[in-house]
Amino acid sequence: MIKKEMIAMLLAGGQGSRLGVLTSKLAKPAVAFGGKYKIIDFPLSNCINSGVDTVGVLTQYQPLRLNQHIGIGIPWDLDRNVGGVTVLPPYEKSDTSEWYSGTANAIYQNLEFMEYYNPDYVLILSGDHIYKMDYEIMLDYHKQQNAKITIATIEVPMEEASRFGVVITDDEGKILEFEEKPEHPRSNKASMGIYIFDWKVLKESLTTLSEQPGCDFGKHIIPYCHERGDKICAYEYQGYWKDVGTLASYWEANMELISIIPEFNLYEEFWRIYTKSDTLPPQYISDNSKISGCIIGEGTEIYGEVYNSVIGSGVTVGENTVIRDSIIMNNTEIGDNVEINKGIIAEHVKIGNDVKMGVFEEAPNTVAPHIYSYGLVTVGEQTLIPEGVKIGKNVAIKGETTLEDYEDGILKSGETLIKAGDLS
Amino acid sequence: MRAVGIILAGGNNKKMRELSAKRAISAMPMAGSFRAIDFTLSNMTNSHVQRVAVFTQYNSRSLHEHLSSSKWWDFGRKQGGLYTFTPTLSSDSSTWYQGTADALNQNIEFLKRSHEPYVIIATGDGVYKLDYNKVLEYHIAKGADITVVCKELAEDEDDITRFGVVKCDDEGRITEFEEKPLVAESNMVSIGVYVMRRRHLIEILERCAKEDRHDFVKDVLIRYKNVKKIMAYKLESYWRNISTAESYYKTNMDFLNKKTRDYFFKEYPEVYTKVDDLPPAKYNAGSAVKNSIVSSGCIINGAVENSVLFRDVYVGNNCTIKNSIILNDVYIGDDSYIENCIVESRDTLRPGTTYKGEDGEIKIVVEKNVRYLL
Repeated sequence: MIKKEMIAMLLAGGQGSRLGVLTSKLAKPAVAFGGKYKIIDFPLSNCINSGVDTVGVLTQYQPLRLNQHIGIGIPWDLDRNVGGVTVLPPYEKSDTSEWYSGTANAIYQNLEFMEYYNPDYVLILSGDHIYKMDYEIMLDYHKQQNAKITIATIEVPMEEASRFGVVITDDEGKILEFEEKPEHPRSNKASMGIYIFDWKVLKESLTTLSEQPGCDFGKHIIPYCHERGDKICAYEYQGYWKDVGTLASYWEANMELISIIPEFNLYEEFWRIYTKSDTLPPQYISDNSKISGCIIGEGTEIYGEVYNSVIGSGVTVGENTVIRDSIIMNNTEIGDNVEINKGIIAEHVKIGNDVKMGVFEEAPNTVAPHIYSYGLVTVGEQTLIPEGVKIGKNVAIKGETTLEDYEDGILKSGETLIKAGDLS
Repeated sequence: MRAVGIILAGGNNKKMRELSAKRAISAMPMAGSFRAIDFTLSNMTNSHVQRVAVFTQYNSRSLHEHLSSSKWWDFGRKQGGLYTFTPTLSSDSSTWYQGTADALNQNIEFLKRSHEPYVIIATGDGVYKLDYNKVLEYHIAKGADITVVCKELAEDEDDITRFGVVKCDDEGRITEFEEKPLVAESNMVSIGVYVMRRRHLIEILERCAKEDRHDFVKDVLIRYKNVKKIMAYKLESYWRNISTAESYYKTNMDFLNKKTRDYFFKEYPEVYTKVDDLPPAKYNAGSAVKNSIVSSGCIINGAVENSVLFRDVYVGNNCTIKNSIILNDVYIGDDSYIENCIVESRDTLRPGTTYKGEDGEIKIVVEKNVRYLL
C-alpha cells in the first residue's frame, strides 16, 4: 500500500504578468534568480530538505521551460520509486474539460493524484517566492495545534500590509479574522500563500465548492472552512521571504544577494538550494577585467568590468564592457565596449558591440508604466540587439531587433520595442 | 557497444609530493571543478562504452566518494554500469594488486562475464579528449593484437623519461618500447590507453598469472612486442599526464588559455563531473581578479592573479594570490600572501601568513588549522 504522510502541491501555472517581457515565453516559476537558479528551485529544494518527497507541480501558462527544468526531478533528488515530482497540467475529461480557473480549482482537478498517495496532510505551495523554510516544523506546529488548516504568515511593515491578505489571531495563534488587501489593516501578519490542510478537510471543501467559478484558496476555501468553524491557525514564519512579483522587487531581491552578508544566504552549508546545472566548468576572469560586488555563475567568461551585478552561467562579457547594477541571465552574450546600467537581461540574449543601455534621462514607460519603472532596462529572452544602439531607461525590448527598429540608433527612455522574432 | 572499459586508477606517485598523502592521483581535483578521472570517464561515456570498471588501490576514499553515484557520467543504466574494484581477499588471492596485469587478473571474472568483444584499458590520470571508437576502428583496420595510444611530446613539454617511450616502424607497429628510460630515444610516449580483444586479454592474463608476472607494460607490451602485432595509434590532440606536482601545476595553468578552455568546456563532447550544487561565486568589494579561473561557491575579498581557484574557496580581505592553485574548500585568512603554491584542499590558512615557492619551485601548502577558532 502506498502511504505518504504529507504531499506537496506546488502551484506553478501563473504567468506573473507584472514581470513583463521576462514571462512572455515562460511561466514565472521558471524565471532565473540569483545567478544560476530558477524561482521554482526554492520551494522544490525546501520540499526535499524538509523531507517532503512527493510533489505535484501544477502547470498551465507556457509550461515548456518549466517541464524541461523539472524533468523527472533529478536535481532535487525527487526521482523516486514511489512519489517524487509529477508535473500536472490541465487535462481533458470525458464530459467536461476546463483550464485551471483558480488556485483551489487547480487542486480540485487533481484530487485523484492526491488520493493515490493516501496522505494525512497536503501542503499547498506557490512557485513564486524566494525563501528557505522547513515545512516539517510547520507540520509539527499544525499537529500540535490540532488545527484543520495552518497558514504560514510573515510580519510585514504595517504600511505595506494593505498589499497582502492579513490575518488576525488570538494569543494562541488561532485565526479569528481574515482581511484581503485591507485599506486599513488591523494586523501586519500577511499570508505567505503556504497552507497545510488536513487531507479530509481539503477534499471535502474542494468537493463542496467545486461549482464555484474561479475557486480560490484565499477567497473561497479558507473563508468557507472558517465560517463553518474549522480551527485555522497561523504559523508565524521568521526569516527571509520575498515575493518577486514585480520587476522592481525581482531586481531588488537579486541585488540583496550581493551584500557582504546577505539576509538570504546561499552560502550556508545547511539547507542547500538545488538546481538543474547544464554548465559545470568554472568561470574565467581575464587580465583586464574588474569585478566588485558580484555573484557570477559557472562557465561564464568576463573580459570587461562588472559592478554590483548578478551574472548567470555561461555568460560572455566582452572587452571594455561596463555593467552596473544589472541582472544577466544564463547564456547571454554581451559584446565589446558595451555599457549596461540597471539592466535585467534574460537568457540567450545577444547584445552587439558598442551598445549603451540605461542611458539618457528617465521617462515613464508609455505602454505599461506600472510594469517598467524604477529606471530598469528589461530585455526578454532570445532578444537580439544590434551593434551601436543607445537605449534609455524604463524600456522593454524583446525579439530579434535590427538597426531599423532604432530611430537614429536610439531607443528613448520609456519606449517599448517588442518584435515577433522567428521563434515567437 | 563493442567494448568494456577498464580504468586503472590505483596508482600513486612520489613526485606528487604531499598531494598524494590524501588521495590517489585519479582523484586529484582538476581545472577548477573536475577531478582527473572525469576526463577518462567522460571519454568512456562519450564513446558509448556502457560498462566501465575502475580499479582502485592506493588511498581510494576520495576517489570512491567521487564515484559514489555513477549517474553524473550516465553509467547507472540497466545495460551497463560503473564498477569499482578494490583488492579483496579470496580463496585464490590474498595480496594487493601487485601490478597492472595482476589487478586485471584478480578481476578476470569481470572480463569473462562481459560479452563485448573488445576491452579498452585506460588510466585515470590523463587530461584529454578521445573517442575510443576511433582507436578501435584503427585497431581492427590494422589487424592489430594490441593497440597502444601514443602521443608525440614536444621537447620541453614534460619529462619524457617518466613515460613509456616507443619507437614505431613506417606502418605504425611498435618496434621498441622502453619504460622510463634513462635516455629517451624518441619523443613518442605511450599514454597508457590500450585496446585489444577481450578473449585475447583473458588468455594473456592467465598466462601471466601462471608465470607469476604482474605488470602489463613490462610483462605484456614489452615482452610480447616481437611476437604480437602491437600498433601505435597516434593521438594528435591535447593530452597531459598530471602525475607529478609540476605537470599537475602546469596542466591546471593550461586552462587559463582560452584555446584549452574552449576545447574542453565549449566544444563537443562535454566533460562531466559530479554536480556539487554550490552557489555562484561571489566577488565582494575589494576583490581584484585577473586572468584566473574561479569555481562555484568561492567568496573573494582579495586580489587573485594568474591562478586557479577550485570550489568553495574563501579569500580574505587584502590577500594576494599569484600564480597559485587553491584546491577545494580552502579558507585563506585576511592579509595573506600566496605565490607559486598549490594549497591542499580543506586547508585553513591563518591571517597574515606568507607562502611562496622560490626559484621556480612550486610550494605545496598543507595547513590543518582549526577553522572556526580563527
